[in-house]
Amino acid sequence: MSAPRTPSRAMPPQDRAARPGNRPDRKGTAVSDYNFAYLDEQTKRMIRRALLKALAVPGYQVPFASREMPMPYGWGTGGVQVTAACLTPGDRLKVIDQGADDTTNAVSIRRFFQRTAGVAVTERTADATVIQTRHRIPEQPLTEAQILVYQVPIPEPLRFLEPRETETRKMHELEEYGLMHVKLYEDIARHGEIATSYAYPVKVEGRYVMDPSPIPKFDNPKLADNPAIQLFGAGRESRIYAVPPYSQVVSLDFEDHPFVASKADHDCDLCGASESYLDEVITDDRGSRMFVCSDTDFCNARQAAGHRGRLSAQEVA
Amino acid sequence: MDGANLTMPLLSVQRLTKRYGPRIGCAEVAFDLWPGEVLGIVGESGSGKSTLLSCLAGLQRPDEGAILWEGRDVLGFSEAERRRLLRGDWAYVHQNPRDGLRMGVSAGGNVGERLMAVGQRHYGAIRDTATDWLGRVEIAAERIDDRPSAFSGGMQQRLQIARNLVTGPRLVFMDEPTGGLDVSVQARLLDLLRGLVRDLGLSVVIVTHDLAVVRLLADRLMVMKSGHVVETGLTDQVLDDPQHAYTQLLVSSVLQV
Ligand SMILES: [Zn+2]
Repeated sequence: MSAPRTPSRAMPPQDRAARPGNRPDRKGTAVSDYNFAYLDEQTKRMIRRALLKALAVPGYQVPFASREMPMPYGWGTGGVQVTAACLTPGDRLKVIDQGADDTTNAVSIRRFFQRTAGVAVTERTADATVIQTRHRIPEQPLTEAQILVYQVPIPEPLRFLEPRETETRKMHELEEYGLMHVKLYEDIARHGEIATSYAYPVKVEGRYVMDPSPIPKFDNPKLADNPAIQLFGAGRESRIYAVPPYSQVVSLDFEDHPFVASKADHDCDLCGASESYLDEVITDDRGSRMFVCSDTDFCNARQAAGHRGRLSAQEVA
Repeated sequence: MDGANLTMPLLSVQRLTKRYGPRIGCAEVAFDLWPGEVLGIVGESGSGKSTLLSCLAGLQRPDEGAILWEGRDVLGFSEAERRRLLRGDWAYVHQNPRDGLRMGVSAGGNVGERLMAVGQRHYGAIRDTATDWLGRVEIAAERIDDRPSAFSGGMQQRLQIARNLVTGPRLVFMDEPTGGLDVSVQARLLDLLRGLVRDLGLSVVIVTHDLAVVRLLADRLMVMKSGHVVETGLTDQVLDDPQHAYTQLLVSSVLQV
């Protein structure tokens, strides 16, 4: 690592690039803000450089010197480092895990940033300026004023069939992506259809093939043409990648087996939504089950607005 | 041979040299390969035949010389061009099928990979082509979804051949393709290879220590010893009337077997 440079040169472009758009609550950046949110200045600068590069080359995996974080790897240390590098005092943070704000993982990360950055937090998608997520994209459409940070366990989409890192890097460099279709071919051969339902591979801006992290393929269409900045952090694998606002993101498929963004063929039993991604919940030991929105904020907002589902009345009664 | 371009060799190798420090891998090797021709390179282990093959196929970079593919020196190709050549007009059959197959992918996926690599995106068409090719290498269609790990050594080698030939390459490099197989399995594979080479009009450079293999497959022979070519000629000529003392030794030792 080289010695720290004067911030006058490095900071303004980094800051702009990490958070463009009109963010009404953003204050002017002072030098003191730079050490904000757990990471030291050097680390934050290094991660922001990686983020800039990732935004400049959409879908390309940028190596970065991942730091030890005070939590286990499985808890999304890559996402946490990216979030830490993006946060400023005026931000309002939302953290979701499988669409829910109240899981142990989400609560821990949210508390971590309340403690280390003192930022405001929210469970409302529309109110958040930075959203860290594991396994979902919120149902509520995002805006240019928002950053979505994904926790990524395995960033390399080609890993499944080609374990050699030198070879997968070469494949990306030379755009040799036939192997990605071999994976989909194997799916169809074995299951009669493309059975991959999570971490479904996409091609970004017609160039790099990318693993969108284990979001359900139902969420894949939301990756495309999204006004928000989408950043992906893999801690254990030390990789950062990004989808800039309004990017072209195409899910890979075959002409005779086109991509389908499927979900359970039900409405939400609590809010009646027909277009949201659903979790199946077993409700008793006789196998009774219900379908509810995986995005709890979305579901709660709809219920608060008076929407009702199949099982809502029973709850009242 | 009709229809082939007889004015220019498909592959022209000039003064090819590869050293490993002070040791010579192969030295000053030169030959022309014409469309539809099968060239056998024979010699004992350590003769430089394997070094030569890996230089020709772009797996190693020679220190000197030129490799002209239809008049263009492939040593001047970018890596992207070279890799495109290797999955398009060229193919490489490894001695050990495990080196040339994806053992975790079904037989159909193995054959289909090169098709997908060159941009085919219709599952049904890829599968039909794979089924056809499995048939051509005598693997039953119902094995299409089995992984190569469930296949015998001979079947694995035939699958590797199908995987290589499916995109219609014009030049195939083969490194001891029958090595490591039982004698009866070898014979069947040789018959199959001979039929495919003839039917498809393939140009082949085949490296082997087994003179029976080149007797059956090769039009011409190149005999190598200590990195140098010591004798070349039509296969029957070289085997029936060897001129160089080393070739005579090779031929006589095969007669003793
Ligand atoms: Zn709901």
